Amino acid sequence: MIAAARYWRLFRVQVRSSVLLGLQYRADFLVDGLVSLFWTLTALVPLFTVFHLRQSLAGWSFEEALVVTGWFTLLEAILEGAINPSLTAVVEHIRKGTLDFVLLKPADAQFLVSTARFEPWRSTNVVTAVVLWVVAFGRMGRFPSLPGSFAAVLLLVVATSLLYSLWILTVSAAFYVVRIDNLTNLFNSIFDAARWPVQIFRGLMRWVFTFIVPLALMTTFPAEAMLGRLPLTALAWSVVGAGAFGWLSRRVWLSSIARYTSASS
Amino acid sequence: MSVRSTVRALPTLFRVGFAEMVAYRAEMLVWVLATTMPLIMLALWSAVAHDAPVGRFDQQDFIAYFLATFIVRQLTGAWVAWQLSFEVRTGTLAMRLLRPLHPMVSYAVENLAAIPLRMIVSLPVAVLALVLTGAGRLPRDPLLWAIFLISLLGGWLITFLANAGIGTLALWTGSSVKVMDVWLALYMVFSGYLIPVELFPPAIRGVIEVLPFRYQLGFPVELLTRGLDRAAALRLLLGQWIWVGLFLLGVRAIWRRGLQRFAAYGG
Repeated sequence: MIAAARYWRLFRVQVRSSVLLGLQYRADFLVDGLVSLFWTLTALVPLFTVFHLRQSLAGWSFEEALVVTGWFTLLEAILEGAINPSLTAVVEHIRKGTLDFVLLKPADAQFLVSTARFEPWRSTNVVTAVVLWVVAFGRMGRFPSLPGSFAAVLLLVVATSLLYSLWILTVSAAFYVVRIDNLTNLFNSIFDAARWPVQIFRGLMRWVFTFIVPLALMTTFPAEAMLGRLPLTALAWSVVGAGAFGWLSRRVWLSSIARYTSASS
Repeated sequence: MSVRSTVRALPTLFRVGFAEMVAYRAEMLVWVLATTMPLIMLALWSAVAHDAPVGRFDQQDFIAYFLATFIVRQLTGAWVAWQLSFEVRTGTLAMRLLRPLHPMVSYAVENLAAIPLRMIVSLPVAVLALVLTGAGRLPRDPLLWAIFLISLLGGWLITFLANAGIGTLALWTGSSVKVMDVWLALYMVFSGYLIPVELFPPAIRGVIEVLPFRYQLGFPVELLTRGLDRAAALRLLLGQWIWVGLFLLGVRAIWRRGLQRFAAYGG
């Protein structure tokens, strides 16, 4: 209990210093927001083109697929604002050898590096995601299913923790491979597949995106929950899966950090 | 900076660039693996064409198209915009300016030196494409093959020069990575990378033909997957090289003016 309170205080200090740092670069807020809005809009072009040609795709209508895109946009915002900034900094620490200073501090290293930087002003996409949902459900002429929405909130937690665990696994690779600052890029480009309902992928690819890199759990499942058609068993398995991934990433992080040999000294 | 000394320096520069690529081969492999977009789009469009073909495209055509996209993307890559932006910000551009060689030449050779290694990676994909879709889809006309090779060079030149131009903007703004992001978003949509140009409505297709993006990627891909006849291919080739010329003049102009502002912070 005392430990939890201590970490909560530590968390608040970290967030505060991030916000203060961010306030120095206020102009970035506007530019970042505009650029990411532009990206989101252009990324909708394939969706429009596909549904211009077809009424439905792998059992998804345009509006339903738009709900998935909304979830993708929301998770992208979380990734950009809360996960990417900290963990990119870890890769830099490992390369320069400055991770020493983090390891010396009397707190859990994974906690410290994961909360080191937040950039909430990069999360303008949260608004875009909500707009996409409003448009999608407005066109369907209905509201999201109520129990489904509760499930969706739970799945948001699941998706965020999955995203975080996957990131920890990716960053752990930086302990083994020397120069790997473009890992972010690899991660983002794989994550891009989550933009689409997992049903469009067939065979091996769908299996990989459900069990190995569980993109389906992050965007398709929450969307299905909102539409009120996600079976309860899938929800239960998602929670179990996220727990397993969290545990695995923690083990990998601990064994990677045991291998860390400071680069500079 | 005579032409002769530049030409004499080229082989050495290329060797240096190639050695650098070999040294960072793991990083390069990650870059190649990160080119997953054609595969995602391949899955998407295959699903669309599952029940009935889209225009002239059936599933096989989409496989051929997007594997060709992967290959052409590998062979026409450039990243000078980020390089220039970084070197302007850190002041290390000063080192390049001291050499008796135009910095653009050294950037160009460095970027080109990545192509042999990227070819090794593209080769299996090319073989896979051939096995999956058959050689019948490749163009039979030798002229089209010649145009394809020229269009690859043209596509690379446009990519490189656009990168160089946007990178040069960093001399005014300190960093131009954001501008590059906007350019990339437009490139994704209009180059045929996500959607074959043929599948756009005719009105948008007319606009795309005037923009440079299709000439970077879509044009060589279409040549390879039998989308074009001789007349159309020659017309597009002309369009491509007009853009190469325009970009060359544009980059030359802004490079000269921008360089006068270079302050070599921290250099």
